[in-house]
Amino acid sequence: MSDFTSGFWDVYIAILTAVSIAACAVLLWSQTKGKAPAAADTTGHVWDEDLSEYNNPLPAWWRWLFYLTIVFGAVYLVLYPGLGSSWKGVLGWSQVSQLREETQKAEQQYGPLYEKFAALEVKDLARNPAALAVGQKLFLNHCAQCHASDAGGSRGFPNLTDKDWLWGGEPAQIEATITGGRNGVMPPWGPVLGEDGVKNVAHYVMSLSGGSADSIRVSKGKDIFASTCAACHGAEGKGNVALGAPNLTDKIWLHGSGEAAISETITKGRTSQMPAHKDLLTAAKIHILTAYVWSLSNTPGQ
Amino acid sequence: MTQPLRKLAPVAPAGEVSLYEVRQKIYPRAVGGWFAAWRWTLVWATQLVFYGVAWLEWNGRQAVLFDVAHRKFFLFGLVFWPQDIIYLTVLLILSAFSLFLFTALAGRLWCGYACPQTVYTEMFLWIERRIEGDRAARMRLDKEPLSFRKILRKGGKHLVWIALALWTGFTFVGYFTPIRGLASELAALSAGPWEAFWIGFYALATYGNAGWMREQVCKYMCPYARFQSAMFDKDTMIITYDAARGEPRGARSRRDDYRASGLGDCVDCGICVQVCPTGIDIRKGLQYECIGCAACIDGCNQVMDKMGYARGLIRYSTSHAMEKRLSRAQMFARVFRPRVLVYAAVLLAIAGAAAATLWLRVPLKMDVIRDRAAIAREVEGGMIENVYRLQIMNTSEHARALELAVKGLPGIHIPGEATIGMPAAESRVVTVKVRVPAGAQPGTHRIEFELKALGEERLEVEEKSVFIVR
Repeated sequence: MSDFTSGFWDVYIAILTAVSIAACAVLLWSQTKGKAPAAADTTGHVWDEDLSEYNNPLPAWWRWLFYLTIVFGAVYLVLYPGLGSSWKGVLGWSQVSQLREETQKAEQQYGPLYEKFAALEVKDLARNPAALAVGQKLFLNHCAQCHASDAGGSRGFPNLTDKDWLWGGEPAQIEATITGGRNGVMPPWGPVLGEDGVKNVAHYVMSLSGGSADSIRVSKGKDIFASTCAACHGAEGKGNVALGAPNLTDKIWLHGSGEAAISETITKGRTSQMPAHKDLLTAAKIHILTAYVWSLSNTPGQ
Repeated sequence: MTQPLRKLAPVAPAGEVSLYEVRQKIYPRAVGGWFAAWRWTLVWATQLVFYGVAWLEWNGRQAVLFDVAHRKFFLFGLVFWPQDIIYLTVLLILSAFSLFLFTALAGRLWCGYACPQTVYTEMFLWIERRIEGDRAARMRLDKEPLSFRKILRKGGKHLVWIALALWTGFTFVGYFTPIRGLASELAALSAGPWEAFWIGFYALATYGNAGWMREQVCKYMCPYARFQSAMFDKDTMIITYDAARGEPRGARSRRDDYRASGLGDCVDCGICVQVCPTGIDIRKGLQYECIGCAACIDGCNQVMDKMGYARGLIRYSTSHAMEKRLSRAQMFARVFRPRVLVYAAVLLAIAGAAAATLWLRVPLKMDVIRDRAAIAREVEGGMIENVYRLQIMNTSEHARALELAVKGLPGIHIPGEATIGMPAAESRVVTVKVRVPAGAQPGTHRIEFELKALGEERLEVEEKSVFIVR
């Protein structure tokens, strides 16, 4: 979109350019000869009483270099779109066409490789070091911002190198997660359970993974857990990959362990989002990425 | 015979002239002598290095290779990476200060003896003389009508010039792409388009500049020529015609006492003009065209010898020496003036510092890039973990085992194996986890990574970073 609102300026600048080039040629031609300088060796100009200027004319071949730049300018404007938006240039070049050309070239170069990788099963692909190298680059570009460059995650962003999966660790599940994204929602229970209720549930949850907990609160919390939390986290607290509900019986804590962090999670709830990548990456790239992520917690061939 | 300084093309109507100068071809006459010998010594020295060094091998690779494609620059035992660009800066500074010093001492020494334009012109002139003869013969040949003999001479000269130019282009490109491989590629006519282009480009530049353009390069294209004169002072030794001794000039018979007839030492033979590669008359004093080649000194000395006069009617001298009629000893004493001493001191200091840093250079580099979005995470036992990506560069040509350590916080450590194997002359990104025990103060802490080569004392680098606890 042009910054100018009127087509007039387009034409104005095109004419100005053409006239300027022509004027340069005329100036150069008209300044080829002149009156012979008075003295042979100086221009005749004298400043500050005794400063005179030596007449050191340019060599004739230098003038032809000037003409050459004018010819270059004219040829350039014929070949490239330099004279207003209506002149596309003989070569038909534009930034967009160049991008398209280079993208096409890259696709031609790497297309067969991706096709070959896309045809392989994820578990076979994970055995291919070349595919894993591509996968790691993709991971560092698209995933490492949240999941860290070692895929070990961070608070709120799951670790991808262990066997604990919120949405399932089978290749198909990983591929679905990357393609469509995930929305993990834990509703806030603070208003329903009250401060004391939250504390009781928190102690029960801590006891599930063998952490130290107040035994009275544990037994009170157990009943609330069965009626309120088990729907998603399961009666035993083992989680549910269909809902993205985490397993509470292991030592892996997405939002922090300890009474304070767990109480906060229960009181305020949590909303986590993994964005969908289907519009950002091609299916073939997602396939390779899946193989890379899967390989982080699995030894291929077993 | 003397040549007019410049000629403007006459244009009708009368009174109008072309404002551009018509080039007059210069036919420098061959000259031998002390300074010509010096120039030839430098031609040999620089060109043996240029044409020869490209073929030397070192550690199973080309000894001097500027591998732009892989961004590695080999200089015998040293391997420079783009991170070592400071050494290029140092080289440029050293060159600049050498120029200041030598110019203050004796004017355009670089131009007259070592500049590629001078060196290649000298080589091309030598070829021209072998084929077409010396000055007079060349002038005669140019005036002759076209004949088989003329075509043979001229054609032969250009063929030899082009061959030398192509070899020069080939050698030049051979410093950027391995020359042995390039030679076999050329033999098989399979050199890449860019290699072929640059060989052709450099060959054309050599042929055009040394064969055709010659003094035009110094007079009109070289900026160096113009600003060098700004470094002159009245004690700078320049090529000087001793007018007090030479004037009034004039032809004379050997039998007569020329002093009695009021003549100076200059016999006005014009040799000094004929040998001049830029076609000037040094007797007019210092001119910007003078490249300081001292050909006129050699030429004049030969004539003085023949005449039985003392040498040095044209010689290296200073403005002060001329004005105050200083003796040689008095003139040389003025070499030790503040300008020269300061240039020399700065040059020595920079050269010394550069040599020391090269000697102490650790062929190991590390950059620490902290994971930015994933700030800190809790791992088993409540430990806090941060993730870093280390770009480790082994710039030496030996594979190394490296040991990584981290310090700066109580209990800070790298879990698991902290030994990294690095192949020779490789760069590698290593992802590293760093942990501190539970209970660390929340906030940002300064830490330091230490990378040591196992079994080698001096090979150690440290790099700062931060550890975040929340």
